[in-house]
Amino acid sequence: MTASRSPIDPASLLDRIASQRGLARQLWFLPLVFLGVFFFYPLVRILSVSLQLSLVNLEALRKIREVLAFTLYQAGLSTLLTLLLGLPAAYLFTRFTFPGKALLRALTAVPFMLPTVVVAAGFNALLGPRGWVNLGLMALLGLDTPPVPFVGTLGAILVAHVFYNTTIVIRVVGNGFSALDPRLVQAARSLGAGNLRLWWRLILPMLRPSLLAAGTLVFLFDFTSFGVILLLGGSGFTTLEVEIYIQALQMLNLPLSGLLSLIQLLCTLAFSILYTRGITAARRLASARARRYQQQTAQGWGEKLFVSALGSLLVVLFVLPMLALPLRSVYRLEAARGERSAVQTGLTGQYYQELFINRRDSLFYVPPVQAALNSLGYAGLTVVLSLGLGYPAAYALARPSRPQRILNTLVMLPLGASSVSLGLGYVLAFNQPPLRLLASPWLLPLAHTTLALPFVIRTLQPSLASIPERLREAAATLGAPPFQVWCTVDWPVLWRATLAAATFAFTISLGEFGAASLLARPEYPTIPVAIYRFLSLPGGLNYGQAMAMATLLMALTTLGILGIERVRPGDAGPL
Amino acid sequence: MLELLDIRKSYEGKPLLKGISFRVVEAETVCLLGVSGSGKSTLLHVIAGLEAPEAGQVRWEGKDLARTPVYRRQFGLVFQDYALFPHLNVVENVGFGLKMHSLAAGKIEQRVAEALELVNLSTFADRDVTELSGGEQQRVALARALVLRPRLLMLDEPLGALDRTLRDHLLGELRAILHASRIPAIYVTHDQEEAFAVADRVMLVHDGEIVQRGAPKEVFEHPASAWVAGFLGLGNILPGQLLDERHAETTLGTLELQEPPKAGLGRPVTILVRPERVHPGEGAALKGRVADVIFRREGFQVTLEDGFYFFSGAPLSIGQQITFSALGELLA
Repeated sequence: MTASRSPIDPASLLDRIASQRGLARQLWFLPLVFLGVFFFYPLVRILSVSLQLSLVNLEALRKIREVLAFTLYQAGLSTLLTLLLGLPAAYLFTRFTFPGKALLRALTAVPFMLPTVVVAAGFNALLGPRGWVNLGLMALLGLDTPPVPFVGTLGAILVAHVFYNTTIVIRVVGNGFSALDPRLVQAARSLGAGNLRLWWRLILPMLRPSLLAAGTLVFLFDFTSFGVILLLGGSGFTTLEVEIYIQALQMLNLPLSGLLSLIQLLCTLAFSILYTRGITAARRLASARARRYQQQTAQGWGEKLFVSALGSLLVVLFVLPMLALPLRSVYRLEAARGERSAVQTGLTGQYYQELFINRRDSLFYVPPVQAALNSLGYAGLTVVLSLGLGYPAAYALARPSRPQRILNTLVMLPLGASSVSLGLGYVLAFNQPPLRLLASPWLLPLAHTTLALPFVIRTLQPSLASIPERLREAAATLGAPPFQVWCTVDWPVLWRATLAAATFAFTISLGEFGAASLLARPEYPTIPVAIYRFLSLPGGLNYGQAMAMATLLMALTTLGILGIERVRPGDAGPL
Repeated sequence: MLELLDIRKSYEGKPLLKGISFRVVEAETVCLLGVSGSGKSTLLHVIAGLEAPEAGQVRWEGKDLARTPVYRRQFGLVFQDYALFPHLNVVENVGFGLKMHSLAAGKIEQRVAEALELVNLSTFADRDVTELSGGEQQRVALARALVLRPRLLMLDEPLGALDRTLRDHLLGELRAILHASRIPAIYVTHDQEEAFAVADRVMLVHDGEIVQRGAPKEVFEHPASAWVAGFLGLGNILPGQLLDERHAETTLGTLELQEPPKAGLGRPVTILVRPERVHPGEGAALKGRVADVIFRREGFQVTLEDGFYFFSGAPLSIGQQITFSALGELLA
């Protein structure tokens, strides 16, 4: 019965990797080292560079105050509007059944994962100067200029933020609603509370933790918003994120950029802590629940009006921009201000064909389709890297030893870091020996891996933790060597989570704009970078190509999101 | 066949197994009996090879198994919560081990059918294990271990999760199956009735050590210590002082002893008084006041003010002062 093991026997090698104290569980320091080099080291570089800025620089201080004030102002306003729409929407989804509910719910969830450039392009296609509404009105009324100002207004920023984050309020506050024990409402009614007092004295206080949690999270996302401000706000508005980008790339003032980044990171950290507290409080209230509300169709004209009006509003908000984009990408509308005088309006495939052509006057050294190939390549690399690092981390965290527990906190930190700051950190950290990587096409996938890693680990870990150790022991006593134990016990449970994690990593990399805008080399643009460049160029053809690329990106991302929803086990998400 | 030599193991710095040694021979069922947390399950894990002992040896037919990994030991283990694979159905669960040993498909089918027959589950072959009742799951787990014809079978609280009636029924089946297969077995439980019903030999585990071993009758009749007598619930345990060869002084009065003591008089001793050896009667030597009376199967359980209890054919009234005689046994 002696085990004869030669070191080159592949089966026994796999067994050594998979065994209880095997290689896979020994590699937990790899993600730690990776985060050290590609997350914490860049942050330290930001800190040290920002300290070079002399604080008596009044000009800089005034700039910082101005930018910070606007960042807080727009985030606060956006959050308020999002809550104003999200609260009734959450009520709608938890209390009522109506035709098309499942579809509408899915639709409201899609924007959250959509790349900012796609959302910006969508609103641009609907309300921008070359969008459906403006060109339609111009044709209808015979105007020379677009009548509806949208791009470049505060309104555009607010609408896009509401569009993005309403789903958070619907989910978080919706959970609060369904955790509300209907017997409490019955009790309040029997004690003589009318409708108004019921809301004021019972429902709103019970919802407060989830409202706070949702509000903080929405505020956090609005605070760190980059693509929306840059693409829809135009040059008139700068938030911290945008100013970091401008100072670093256009003013070449790295110390100021670093200081802004530092402020940004500290604010993010503070809001994250607030959010964690809020969500904990919300869960505590929810754990006391006993029964769930029966969902029902609207009764009486008041409820019917509420359901149909709010439902329509949500459809308009969530469907129109996402519909305007693909339609605009295959439909030529340019009639006015002739670059080509006799252009006909109508269906066209030209914008897509144009993607494969390298024009002389193009800003690219490569045809736009190359940007798509770059993005796909980067996304593929991100999947491989983040799974390669995420697996050992998830295994270590499933049954952590004491030193491994710090990993739990550390791997989640990139969730709070803004991607522009990360990009800036990379610029500062990897432009000098020993890590002169700035010219390397590997740098962007490494940044994307840092951003995707928390999602990957949070997706893998619950699945892994759901596998009872007993099952592995049972398989072993029944004669299964370690690798076979992994194949027969772990993999049947893990494959779904693995697929979901891979899709997460893929879509995150594909749509990531902040870091890419700082790190993508001119000769290696990614899809979002290309869309941004097209949108900032004049001419209907460039605009059309931006629409075409954004449509492709939207399609890929939506497929990814739907895929994740299908394979993800249970309701547990990284949110 | 199986031999354990001075097995030691600690958990989070505290000793859990403090030198366990015993043997199991062919067709013998040995029962490890003890409270939960006494290290019984850990011992099974050590024997199975799932955990390594810090000291000591696990031997099979004289050969040390330290370098034989769990999947080559050919020891079957039935887990406390069965640990059935939820993504496989009944047949696939039972056939799992045969597949790991690369048997031909036809052969697997045949042996799985036999095993299911043995545990009376033939009609459940295609069911999902998640839709089975506790008792049915337990049988699947047993079939899954038996189908491999293991050299040794270990059962960790196999009936622990089941209700009383089902437990008694399955206990009978289990005994029959173990005896018919002649596979040496180690049965771990905290339930003494289960242990006495199934075991050829019982080993009482307390605080990481085997405090008594022997046939059920022997253990029952001659508990080795006050702890054993208390754990088995054999009766009242009293401190006392030896007066002479046949008598001891206790708080209740002078007590008659069943057998003479081995050592000198006047020393403090611990005495077991089984309730069935207590007889109320006029003018007897022992006395006490009745604190509680409960009707039980064995008769009226009378509890005196200091907790001493016995059974009486007739109810006594609470508060009543009574006298009684009793026969005590000296404990080590």
